[in-house]
Amino acid sequence: MKAGARPGAEAIALKGRFAASKWLLARRFVQLSILALFLLGPWFGIWIVKGNLNASLTLDVLPLTDPYVLLQTLLSGHVPELTAITGALIVLVFYLLVGGRVYCAWVCPVNMVTDGAQWLRERLGITGASRLSRSARYWILGATLFLAAVTGSVAWELVNPVSMLHRGLFFGMGLGWLIVLAVFLLDLLVSRRAWCGHLCPVGAFYSLLGRYSLVRVRADRREQCDDCMDCFAVCPEQQVIRPALKGAEKGIGPVILSPNCTNCGRCIDVCARDVFRFGSRFNNRADFDERTHHSPGVEVLR
Amino acid sequence: MSVNAKRQRKAPNSASRRRFLVEMARTGGGVALFALGVGMYARQAASLPAQALRPPGALAEADFLGACVRCGLCVRDCPYDTLRLAKPGEPVATGTPYFTAREVPCEMCEDIPCVKACPTGALDHGLDDIDDARMGLAVLVDEENCLNFRGLRCDVCYRICPSIDKAITLEMQHNARSGMHAMFIPTVHSDACTGCGKCEKACVLEEAAIKVLPLKLARGELGHHYRWGWEEKRKAGGSLVTPDQPHRYNLPEGERYDYEGQGLIMEDKGGEVPFGDDPLSTLKRGMEGRR
Repeated sequence: MKAGARPGAEAIALKGRFAASKWLLARRFVQLSILALFLLGPWFGIWIVKGNLNASLTLDVLPLTDPYVLLQTLLSGHVPELTAITGALIVLVFYLLVGGRVYCAWVCPVNMVTDGAQWLRERLGITGASRLSRSARYWILGATLFLAAVTGSVAWELVNPVSMLHRGLFFGMGLGWLIVLAVFLLDLLVSRRAWCGHLCPVGAFYSLLGRYSLVRVRADRREQCDDCMDCFAVCPEQQVIRPALKGAEKGIGPVILSPNCTNCGRCIDVCARDVFRFGSRFNNRADFDERTHHSPGVEVLR
Repeated sequence: MSVNAKRQRKAPNSASRRRFLVEMARTGGGVALFALGVGMYARQAASLPAQALRPPGALAEADFLGACVRCGLCVRDCPYDTLRLAKPGEPVATGTPYFTAREVPCEMCEDIPCVKACPTGALDHGLDDIDDARMGLAVLVDEENCLNFRGLRCDVCYRICPSIDKAITLEMQHNARSGMHAMFIPTVHSDACTGCGKCEKACVLEEAAIKVLPLKLARGELGHHYRWGWEEKRKAGGSLVTPDQPHRYNLPEGERYDYEGQGLIMEDKGGEVPFGDDPLSTLKRGMEGRR
């Protein structure tokens, strides 16, 4: 990244504005489409999807349930009906395939709020971070599960900004705007990516699924990297890139295996040298050859 | 690499260990505060206002707050827009469904779509007859303003009741004010009232005299050891206490007590009466032989 230039400027110059934002645009399209699907009912009476992210029913046949909220229900001592369990299993399998924190980058409505805060933060040149721990979210996740068990109620749902925003858009916001505003201001003023990257237990829950999920960002052409730092500048979870991108000498493979990578694909967009691409978690040998897409020796086994 | 060698390689120096511990304590402390706050708020939020009624089949409030995932599917399938999800800032636990009888009461759909829509069973799927629903209990809270209690024939709550003559009956009483009329008192029966709230909605007063209250507020509870004697007697087919013994009065010989026989009865023993009709004969008693 040249001094003073915005991250991705080089990629835009090289690939064109569209190609250098295609995953960002795809992501916004998916996020807005999901919101639109939920809004068609309450606004226009076209009921394709009912409910909200906690539990929904699509076309009167497909139940989907947030496994995190269902886990809290279980811990509170309630055995749910089969519909909710089926819905949670479908969601679990889906995110195990596409990546746990795909929920955060492609589905969660708060992502647009915090991305907005981050954009403004950069524009205003706000720097300096309070020392929030990246692991705080797991403590908070544990605390919410503990609270469910101790209070016998889904206590986290009283304050959860994620479901509050999503539910509020279809069922009435009330004072929920204040909580969304608080998250925005937190990310804008207190710490870079404070909510999604440090505190949110929903993301923490989905990241645990991400430990085993299939679809990954891969730094397959990492030898092309010219250390421009653009990917690092745009990444909401900066710590996940380095092992894969710079690990060749240490014998680390090119797949970004950190469960906290949200598969947002922004690094793919902004890289002028096309180091990154979406792929699977397999073929993660340090000596992976990008041109054949196989590790040496794999052919022999066929 | 052996475990020992690994440990040695990773052995942290004391400065970084201290930093790690401080970091842990900081995060842990912050999260503990957060949990305390949310936990206390959760206790607060568990107190449902009396006029907020849960949908049909809702589990008891404490269980409901654990079972409901706040998805709003019951709200969506309510054909009369009775149900709403509580918004943040309202005095009902955020995201949970409720209705206010005075605004939109429950129409008691026969197929109970709200219960069918519930994915978790927070609304009990075992409820298959809407008449078995117990969303609350109607209580005539204000006898002073109820028109029927003043001797008028308003009867609106009675007429509108979906279980007319079962959940609400009119009981005739003497009108003491006029001295010559009857009053027809709307009387709610808990064995039939579903708490749908149509009576509260229909009450013609500015503020309803009949209100649906949560069962916990509306009902008393007998001492668990209480038994109704007459019911126990009927069940047993006879009195359960010892049959009556004739009472024994501790009276002097020759006297007895019988209420119907006009009380204390002196039995005539021929001259053994302590005081006869003629006082003289009493005075002379025992003197006969001295003449």
